[in-house]
Amino acid sequence: MSGMDARELPLLRVREVARYHGANLGCRNVSFDLWPGEVIAVVGESGSGKTTLLNCLSAQLEPTAGTVRYNSRTDGLQDIYRMSEASRRMLMRTDWGFVHQDARQGLRMRVSAGANVGERLMALGARHYGDIRGEATDWLGKVEIDVGRIDDMPRTFSGGMLQRLQIARNLVTKPRLIFMDEPTGGLDVSVQARLLDLLRELIADFGLSAIIVTHDLAVARMLSHRMLVMHRGEVVETGLTDQVLDDPHHAYTQLLVSSVLQP
Amino acid sequence: MTLPPSLIVRELSKTFTLHIQGTTLPVLRDIDLTIAPGEAVVLSGPSGAGKSSFMRCVYANYRPQTGSVLVRHDGQLVDMLTAEPREVLEVRRRTMGFVSQFLRVIPRVPTIDVVAEPVRAVGVGREKARERAGELLARLRIPERLWNLPPATFSGGEQQRVNIARGFAHPCPVLLLDEPTASLDARNRDTVVDMIREVREAGTAILGIFHDEAVREDVATRTFEMTPVETSRAA
Repeated sequence: MSGMDARELPLLRVREVARYHGANLGCRNVSFDLWPGEVIAVVGESGSGKTTLLNCLSAQLEPTAGTVRYNSRTDGLQDIYRMSEASRRMLMRTDWGFVHQDARQGLRMRVSAGANVGERLMALGARHYGDIRGEATDWLGKVEIDVGRIDDMPRTFSGGMLQRLQIARNLVTKPRLIFMDEPTGGLDVSVQARLLDLLRELIADFGLSAIIVTHDLAVARMLSHRMLVMHRGEVVETGLTDQVLDDPHHAYTQLLVSSVLQP
Repeated sequence: MTLPPSLIVRELSKTFTLHIQGTTLPVLRDIDLTIAPGEAVVLSGPSGAGKSSFMRCVYANYRPQTGSVLVRHDGQLVDMLTAEPREVLEVRRRTMGFVSQFLRVIPRVPTIDVVAEPVRAVGVGREKARERAGELLARLRIPERLWNLPPATFSGGEQQRVNIARGFAHPCPVLLLDEPTASLDARNRDTVVDMIREVREAGTAILGIFHDEAVREDVATRTFEMTPVETSRAA
C-alpha cells in the first residue's frame, strides 16, 4: 500500500467476538480493525446488539467467544480480557474514554464540575492543586462551559452542559480511544448540533480514534469514517460511511436508510 | 511527451439491487475510460445514462459489482474499489477531489473553515489554510463579511460557490466535477470555467458533467458518450 506502512498495527483488533446472555444472542461474529485516527460508527435499531458490542469492546462485558486486542503504548497488541486487572483499570482511566448517553452515569454528581474533570488527572498521579485546577479550567473552556461554573455541582447543569462536562472529563487525560454510546441521544436538536460540532473538532484536533454507537444516521455521517450496520446481533454491512449511506447493499441497511426523514 | 494516465477505469459495471422494491436496476455496463494528466473528459448522454452514478463509482462512493478504478496516487496505481477503506480516504484527501452540486453543510462551522478544511486535512496549518480559503472565496465573489458565518443560510448560488472553493482548495491531481456551475450567474460561471481550465493546464486530470453547452465546450478536451444500459440492450 502506498503511503502507508503495512507493518503498522491497528489500535484495536476485534476478531469473531460473540456475546450471549444465557441462551439469547447479544452479538456474534464481529471482526474489524480500528486504525489510529479512525472513527467507526456502529448503527442499528435498539436490540440489534450494538450496545452489547460496545460493552465487549470497552472491557466492560467479557465476550462469550472471540478476542479484543488493544495496541498498548508499551506492549503491542494485548488481549484486554487477559491482561491484569490493574493494567486494564489503568487503560480505562488513561488511554481510553467512555462517553455514556446519560451523562449522569459518566459523571460524579456529588462533586464539582472542576473536580469531575480533575479526577482522572489525579488518577494519573497529578497532585498539584493549581495545575489540576488550571487544566480543568482549560478543558471547561474547550467544551464551552462558562469557567465561572467550575465550582458548581453538575446537578445544576443543563443536559447539553452535562454531556460536554462528561466529554471534558474523558478527554483531559488525552486518551487515544474513546467509546461513545448515543452521545447526542436525548438532547434538543440545537444542543445536538453544538455537541456534534464540538466532538468533530476535538476528534480531529487530537487525532482520536473512536467507536460511536448511534441510531442516528446523521450523527454517523458527520462524525465517522466507517460504519458497521448491526441487525439481530450481527454485522450485516460495513464500508465507508458515505458508501453505506449512499449505496446501501443489504436489505436491512436499505430499510434503515430509507426510513430516515430528509429535512 | 506522453504522461502515464492519472485514471484508468476498466470494465466497470454497476447494478442497484433494491430489496424493498424487489427489483434490480442496471445502470452501468462494462465502462472503460482512461484519462491522462491535463485532459478534461466530459460525460455526455441523456438523463438516466448513468453519468452521475459513474462518477460516484469512480470516487468509490458507490460500490460497483465488477471492474476497477485505478488512480495514480503517490506514483502508484491504487484500485479504489478494492483498496482498504483508510487508503480510499487517503486518495480522496490528497489525490482525487470531488465537487458536487450541493454543499453538505456542517452546522456552526464558519464558511472560511469549511473551505480551509481540505487544506488542513493534508497537514497545512490553520492560518495558511485560511489564507488559501480566503483567496478562493474572494475570487468566487463571496463577500468577506460572510466568511465568518456558517453557509447554512446562504443562497443556493452562494453555497455552490463555497462548495467550489472547498473543492479547489487543495489542488488534487484528479478532479471530478458534477455540475459545478448549475445555478451560477454568467460572471461566476466564467470564473469557475477559468479555474477549471487553469488546473487542467497545470496537469489535473478532469472528469466532468456539465449540462451547459458553452461550459462544456470551454472545458472539455474530449467527450465521453454514455447511453442508458436498458436502451443499449434493446439495440
